[in-house]
Amino acid sequence: MDLSSINPILLLASLMVAATPILLAAIGELVVERAGVLNLGVEGMMITGAICGFAIAVETGSPVLGFIAAAVGGAVLSLLFALLTQFALANQVASGLALTLFGLGLSALLGQGYVGVKPPSTPQLDIPLLSDIPVLGPILFNHDPMVYVALGILAATWAVLKYSRMGLVLRAVGENHEAAHALGYKVVRIRVLAIMFGGACAGLGGAYVSLIRVPQWTEGMTAGAGWIALALVVFASWKPWRVLMGAYLFGGVTVLQLNLQAAGIAIPVEYLSMSPYIITIVVLVIMSTHRSGAPASLGKNFHASG
Amino acid sequence: MKITKILTTAALALGMATAVIAGSHSEKTKVGFVYVGPVGDGGWTFEHNNGRLAVEAEFGDKVETVFVESVPEGADAERVMTQMALNGADLIFTTSFGYMDPTINVAAKFPNVRFEHATGYKTADNVSVYSARFYEGRAVQGTIAGRMTESNIIGYIGSFPIPEVIRGINSAYIHAKKVNPDVTFKIVWAYTWFDPAKEADAAKVLIEQGADVILQHTDSTAPLAAAAAAGNVIGFGQASDMAEFADGPRVSSIIDNWAPYYIERTRAVMDGTWTSVNTWDGIAQGMVGIGEITDRVPADVKAEATALKDSIASGDYHPFTGPLKKQDGSDWLAAGETADDGTLAGMNFYVEGIEGDIPG
Amino acid sequence: MFKLEKRPQPSKMWTLLTPPLAVLATMIFGGLLFGLLGNPPVEAIRTIFWDPLFGEFAFYYRPQLLVKGGPLILIAIGLSLGFRAGIWNIGAEGQYIMGAIFGAGAGLAFYPMEAFYIFPIMVIAGAIGGMLWAGIPAFLKVKFGTNEILVSLMLVYVAEQLLASMSLGLLKNPDGFGFPGSRNLQQYASAHNAELITGTGMHWGVVAAFIAVIFSYILLNRHMLGFSIRLTGEAPRAAKFSGVSPARLILFCLGTSGALAGLAGMFEVAGPAGQISIDFNTGYGFTAIIVAFLGRLHPVGILLAGLLMALTYIGGEIAQSNLGLPAAAIQLFQGMLLFFLLAVDLLTNFRIRLASSRRKGVA
Repeated sequence: MDLSSINPILLLASLMVAATPILLAAIGELVVERAGVLNLGVEGMMITGAICGFAIAVETGSPVLGFIAAAVGGAVLSLLFALLTQFALANQVASGLALTLFGLGLSALLGQGYVGVKPPSTPQLDIPLLSDIPVLGPILFNHDPMVYVALGILAATWAVLKYSRMGLVLRAVGENHEAAHALGYKVVRIRVLAIMFGGACAGLGGAYVSLIRVPQWTEGMTAGAGWIALALVVFASWKPWRVLMGAYLFGGVTVLQLNLQAAGIAIPVEYLSMSPYIITIVVLVIMSTHRSGAPASLGKNFHASG
Repeated sequence: MKITKILTTAALALGMATAVIAGSHSEKTKVGFVYVGPVGDGGWTFEHNNGRLAVEAEFGDKVETVFVESVPEGADAERVMTQMALNGADLIFTTSFGYMDPTINVAAKFPNVRFEHATGYKTADNVSVYSARFYEGRAVQGTIAGRMTESNIIGYIGSFPIPEVIRGINSAYIHAKKVNPDVTFKIVWAYTWFDPAKEADAAKVLIEQGADVILQHTDSTAPLAAAAAAGNVIGFGQASDMAEFADGPRVSSIIDNWAPYYIERTRAVMDGTWTSVNTWDGIAQGMVGIGEITDRVPADVKAEATALKDSIASGDYHPFTGPLKKQDGSDWLAAGETADDGTLAGMNFYVEGIEGDIPG
Repeated sequence: MFKLEKRPQPSKMWTLLTPPLAVLATMIFGGLLFGLLGNPPVEAIRTIFWDPLFGEFAFYYRPQLLVKGGPLILIAIGLSLGFRAGIWNIGAEGQYIMGAIFGAGAGLAFYPMEAFYIFPIMVIAGAIGGMLWAGIPAFLKVKFGTNEILVSLMLVYVAEQLLASMSLGLLKNPDGFGFPGSRNLQQYASAHNAELITGTGMHWGVVAAFIAVIFSYILLNRHMLGFSIRLTGEAPRAAKFSGVSPARLILFCLGTSGALAGLAGMFEVAGPAGQISIDFNTGYGFTAIIVAFLGRLHPVGILLAGLLMALTYIGGEIAQSNLGLPAAAIQLFQGMLLFFLLAVDLLTNFRIRLASSRRKGVA
């Protein structure tokens, strides 16, 4: 065993990249759930974003357009969910799961012509001066732009939820839709917009996998990242910065366990590969001594009677 | 028990009778393929499907192929095979190890349908098994890797510690060590068949820990992309050629090529010469392809690798030739002795020099 | 403009009428989809819905509906109890795996001895395996208030790693030439969950599913505990006042759903699947969540929903093989069917009225 071969600086830098897809998808889902809607279709929206982004980036040669297309693709797919749950008042849990099934099928059909194609590469963002700072430079300032976009979306989400009127209304709708409706807020409209935001973020997360992390298109390539994103929102007890913490914890343990394997540590591999899940549970248990509050209207459909 | 058995036989006989009638309507030979993943996986199933397309191209109107994708192992596989047999398939390829017992079960009910099971070991009068000697390709890979590495650290990404993967690691290690005695292997197990993002992480980790050659036994291009991002790292295509990375880190590849075998076996059914066989083909028969070695590899190394490939193909050289010891230092093969197929098929030990334990 | 008016009671008529309506709508839109993909629409729809039930080889497919639907129903029944009470076990897949590992492990421990009591022991072990796995989120929720959604989901992945580890290590077939996977229980008479009547698809797992349907019906409609479950889901505060113990309810609901999922895994590994292998689990635990909601969390509804899901799987396979439809199109089609089935629920719970100002004036 040679633990000295693990470079903590590179490990921290890798962790930021590994966490980005689940971070993006989780921020989106957080907003959806804060508006009182439970969309279990994250995996379906991610994989749809992955192929939309991939296809457009390949066709246009522009990763930027690819990411935009991914966000649009995810949002459009989520509209299906919005239609079902907000207008047809269908059960949210089942609709979300059906959306995942639908998205997996749809993405596979869309992607038939893109197997074995290499997408245009997204340039690293080498910030001059900053990326040369020892230790901090390589960890924080030497990534692709999407890492920062994700952090930006997170910060914006936090600020909007906490300080803006829009955030206040969104939270009101999530906590008590009857009261919000009585106050004259358009519950359904707000929820539809939140759902679309969630879809767009999930789409971005998916495209991050297909355009930057892997980069390649294969069917089902998100391989369950959407589920992890869902779990992160719960882990974070619906608080934005704790989503970041959760994503880094999960991504960090994943990368660390691979590092430990490569360094030849004498812990059986099967236990190492379980560790991200177990550690997430343990941390949640430690943190859940004070009760975490889910939005009170989460998962309940709203119908304006009268 | 007895009555129920009679009932099954009766029901299935009825089914088969109808199937035979249905089948006899067409002159075409019907060939079925059961796939474990989607044809769009770009790796294992993708290459089997290319084999199917080659059968269609070869025989044109004389053949009809059918396939079902993403079939889970177990009861679902059994149902899909039965369904194909009922609908008049003459020959069915079942392309995953986990289909072994289902294939044997269904084959017992349809004695007139021929089955070909990939990578297993159970045969019957109407069940053949076939597999590829990918370890031959690993020997060529190991040679290039051993010559090319400057850090003397070679990273290896495995899926699960099964004999197939362990055999590949041993073969690559033996040949890397032969050309470069200072070489060490760092092995990371992904513990999944398919998770491109995790493969990317694994490759990055290996590179961060000093590996400048990445070998992979997983099918996505994620490790190659990670190698490209790192700059001075090389890798190999796996399952398919991955030629899209040929101007970058990919210096060669191991290609699964099932087409020749599928065509040959289909022809055997057409000619009525099909018999149950146990096939384990390698470079010589074209089942294992070595993708073009790029110019990034110096000419002398390329020549050495090509010579090794040729000597394996001609049968002059076996990648597991003694003297070889097991990891624990015990003797395995005496000088000049070559490994028997039985030991290779179920290989569950590392050869001497590889560090770490096999999980499980 | 249309206006929705909530019915005081869900309409009995529409409850019966909407599912066929949804299936019909799916046939039309699914047909369009298949047509767009260049397949004959009518033939595709017929292959999926008709052939497994009444086609040439229906004698084989009809029993298969039970084989495929059995585990879905068994798991969904357990989940529905918790879902009714607002307890979210979404980790049935993990409990299914643990039931299989415990069940197969118990059976293989006796190998090669033949005895009548081996199979019952496996059944108990399977139920315990699933129950213990679901007991973890239950215990954490009761003790620390930890969210059961996250814990049960994470434990699915842990169970998958354990499954791989078992297939490669402890339960690996010693006569398997080093290949992964356990002995095949189909070849071990005392442990084999064989068809009870050959050619019917009926194995003990299917029997258990039917029993679960009946028991859950009785529990929910005739028993105090069932009343507590329903009350907790519909009016949690009222439930608290009426003396329902939340902790007991959590333990009961998660424990029961875990035990049923574990049983499903055990019956599957001892019967249709035959062995523990790395890829033993195929998503029944997740699909069962859909089945539970599709069945409106009602035992009879779940029974029908499970069989319908099974039908689309089997019909989908036939369509792939006979018509060359890609698996992705089948998935899309299934998603569509679910969408329609969920959407038509609107008609059951609401009246659609034509709202105009004039009528308002009259009223």
